[in-house]
Amino acid sequence: MAGLTYTVIDTAKLSTAEIYGKTLCELGAEHPEVVALSADLAKSTKIGLFEEAYPERFFNVGIAEQNLFGVSAGLARAGFVPFVSTFAIFCSMRGLDQVHTDICYQNLDVKIIGTHAGLSFGQAGTTHHCTEDIAIMRSMANLAVIVPADGMETSYAVRAAYARKGPVYIRINRGFDQRLYGPDDYGFEIGKAVTLHEGTDLTVIACGSCVWCAVEAAKRLEKEDGVKARVLDMHTVKPIDVEAIESAIRETRRVITVEDHTIVGGLGGAVAEVAAGSGKSFSFKRLGIPDTFSIIGLHEDLMATYGIDENGILAAARELLGKDFEKDESWEDEV
Amino acid sequence: MALEREDIVRLEKKAHELRLLTLDTVVWAGSGHIGGALSCIDILTILYHKYLHIDPTRPNLATRDRFVLSKGHAGVAFAPVLADLGYISKELLKEYNHTGSPLGMHLDSTKVPGVDASTGSLGHGLSMGLGLALGARLKGEGWRTYVILGDGECDEGSVWEAAMAASHYRAANLTAIVDRNKCMIDGPTEEVMSLEPLIDKWRAFGWEALTADGHDFCSLANALDRAISHTEGPTVIIASTVKGCGIDFIAGDYRWHYGSFDTGKTAEARASLERYFEVRMANLTEHAGIDGHGLVTKGA
Repeated sequence: MAGLTYTVIDTAKLSTAEIYGKTLCELGAEHPEVVALSADLAKSTKIGLFEEAYPERFFNVGIAEQNLFGVSAGLARAGFVPFVSTFAIFCSMRGLDQVHTDICYQNLDVKIIGTHAGLSFGQAGTTHHCTEDIAIMRSMANLAVIVPADGMETSYAVRAAYARKGPVYIRINRGFDQRLYGPDDYGFEIGKAVTLHEGTDLTVIACGSCVWCAVEAAKRLEKEDGVKARVLDMHTVKPIDVEAIESAIRETRRVITVEDHTIVGGLGGAVAEVAAGSGKSFSFKRLGIPDTFSIIGLHEDLMATYGIDENGILAAARELLGKDFEKDESWEDEV
Repeated sequence: MALEREDIVRLEKKAHELRLLTLDTVVWAGSGHIGGALSCIDILTILYHKYLHIDPTRPNLATRDRFVLSKGHAGVAFAPVLADLGYISKELLKEYNHTGSPLGMHLDSTKVPGVDASTGSLGHGLSMGLGLALGARLKGEGWRTYVILGDGECDEGSVWEAAMAASHYRAANLTAIVDRNKCMIDGPTEEVMSLEPLIDKWRAFGWEALTADGHDFCSLANALDRAISHTEGPTVIIASTVKGCGIDFIAGDYRWHYGSFDTGKTAEARASLERYFEVRMANLTEHAGIDGHGLVTKGA
């Protein structure tokens, strides 16, 4: 994608949200119709970088998320392209009626960037953890849902969101993400998964911070077990890459999904919906936060607790590889 | 923009036509929000036939004034206004609420030309109106945004989020009109959830707050003129209205938030609307142009 000015060194020094803020400033320079809004979280979400550059095009509505999304819809109806940022949990719940009716129903060009997603605000606890947003947001018609794996991919996603007509939700983490992507343009495209590790024994489909963990797990599986795991960065959960999922089922017969999100209705749910319609039998495991409210702790510790880190993925892969579903006598294949 | 006598007569006749067309639309739909439609039809009439700078042949004209019906359930009054102006075919009103029709109970901006914002979930319209107003200012354009809110709708916290922000941003190009019909679905507003002192609430939120008789064109015009000339911030007009105004057997009755009319009741309602119009025209002859405050009629 043309116009990206970051180097690998920059991305290593910047948090994911900072990269978002810088990318938004670039978009602001290129497109006078880009405006930005927040609800007293300009600094935390790094949308404040845009405020410094273009104060007249920035609106801080105070701690009022319903009004945040309603005003954004009005600005979009007046011909602007609003980028709106607050914490993911407030995007997907506190202001959801406005996101649904004002933005998605009217199919408006509003780009919602929810930060502090998943368990990334670990010590803040469940009130600030956001483990339901993928499920909620992907049920909104017209809304694309993107979960970038690192800062560089966030930058691509933000630019792609601008280029796409209609509403987009991008979910990013608080703080730094492990760096997956270098300076080479890998052809980010909304709705197209990226294969980060080739394999035919099983496939790990991941999004967000779990992608790096999946790649690390795949390296160890190859080295320690001689197993070749395919890793897909499913950065777009909606519209999901059906072809990549069906190829994974057909070619590897074992699929693990992993996400920093509840196992109910998120990436795992989206993959299961496609898989169930594929007509193929396969072994499947969803990794995520179980159907419970999360505990408090550091992001890394919480990912380990819920088995969505490298070790968790490794254990799940070994479990799945140990199951030979094709010899299951209770399976009535003739039916 | 004080009203001339010919303006008042024209508006009275237009409002009467629109009340009848609203009743027809409710009948074609099978049922509808007749109470809250008739309480705001005079406000819609004066906006669409005197104040809004619009061109029905160019519904997307960039410099048009914008209008948001935040109390979206009054769509059964709004659709007749738009059809009468030619945004949509009047024939389409006969399909109101029918399966697959572009016209539903709450009008959809993506399906109905002339609708600037889809509404229906209460408490959304003022925020969208503020976004439009801020957009006009950012573009350096002079068009204005008008929002009609229901009074019961003012229970919603989001209305006050928007009110706080509109005053913070000194959005003088934004005018809100509260259709103060004093009724909501479950009963009178003051019984279900007290709103009073409503005007003080708006003033405390930093708005220029005016009162008007929502069924008196001169009173509405005076308030709208003051809103336009107020350049320090947004203005709200608390328009005192009567739910179901013009149909004597439903007027002022909160139970007529939503209802239907059989053939007999439809005829009674039409007859009542005709009588109501005659009374308003008679009062017009008596009062208009004498004291400059226009009509005094309320209800049927």
